[in-house]
Amino acid sequence: MIQALAFYLFAAIVVASAVMVILSRNPVHSVLWLILAFFNAAGLMVIVGAEFIAMLLVIVYVGAVAVLFLFVVMMLDIDFAAMRAGLVKNFPLGIAMALILLAELGLALGVYGAGGLELGDAAANDAAQNLGESNIEAIGRLLYGRYILLFEIAGIILLVAMIGAIVLTHRAPKPGARGRQDIGKQISRRPDEATVMKRPTIGEGVEL
Amino acid sequence: MIGIEHYLVVGAILFVLGVLGIFINRKNVIVILMSVELILLSVNINLVAFSAFMNDLTGQIFAMMVLTVAAAEAAIGLAILVIYYRGRGTIAVDDVNQMKG
Repeated sequence: MIQALAFYLFAAIVVASAVMVILSRNPVHSVLWLILAFFNAAGLMVIVGAEFIAMLLVIVYVGAVAVLFLFVVMMLDIDFAAMRAGLVKNFPLGIAMALILLAELGLALGVYGAGGLELGDAAANDAAQNLGESNIEAIGRLLYGRYILLFEIAGIILLVAMIGAIVLTHRAPKPGARGRQDIGKQISRRPDEATVMKRPTIGEGVEL
Repeated sequence: MIGIEHYLVVGAILFVLGVLGIFINRKNVIVILMSVELILLSVNINLVAFSAFMNDLTGQIFAMMVLTVAAAEAAIGLAILVIYYRGRGTIAVDDVNQMKG
């Protein structure tokens, strides 16, 4: 009973906040609704026992992606009111496309309900994989064992994305710009050419 | 009783909402990127639901890969957006036709 209640709560909030993401007038509000949607999707994943993916969803999506969106939305000074102009014009086409997609997915679900395909053997998987360890332990065993190559490829993807984002947005400084740090000059400084030892006698100043 | 079908319905609704968001916010590329994130989130919900249903953790590994690609896509997409705004002073994407592709 409590499971059903939690499911319907999370599912309703996910769907409602997704609607608000695409309909809200202010993109900052859209990002905040997106964060709410991610949190509740993480809740949906927790109640089926996938707590590691749920926490990852909160950390990666809410902590990184949504904050990145918020940062960009607030950094760019854009007249968002003018952008809403096409909304009414595109609405019928969008609704039609959405209804077609929904009908197709509903058809697939109906077919599944009428019998469905046997793609795997849940009982066999249960015997093979459910060794009484927690979700995180099982994922770690799988990720660093059978899927180690996939894991490393994911790391490469993130590295390429990071380098790409830096290369795209980096602006080379102007040649004569003041206040730039010359790292080579800093490293090649020697103590004897940078400092002077003085032993002033009492009552006299120091001439530099 | 909550079954796999309930999760698939939630995933389907989220997916359709993401596609609808791309259609009705054609001028605002930031909301388009958010809609893409919603679509990827619905895929993740489906993967995790099937993973729990089939007792096969491979689905959750795949959900992590989708998460990786979603993060990379958001970073690159927003970087492109920032340099586009720097050059043009606007992010209206319905007149991005300079390359005539």
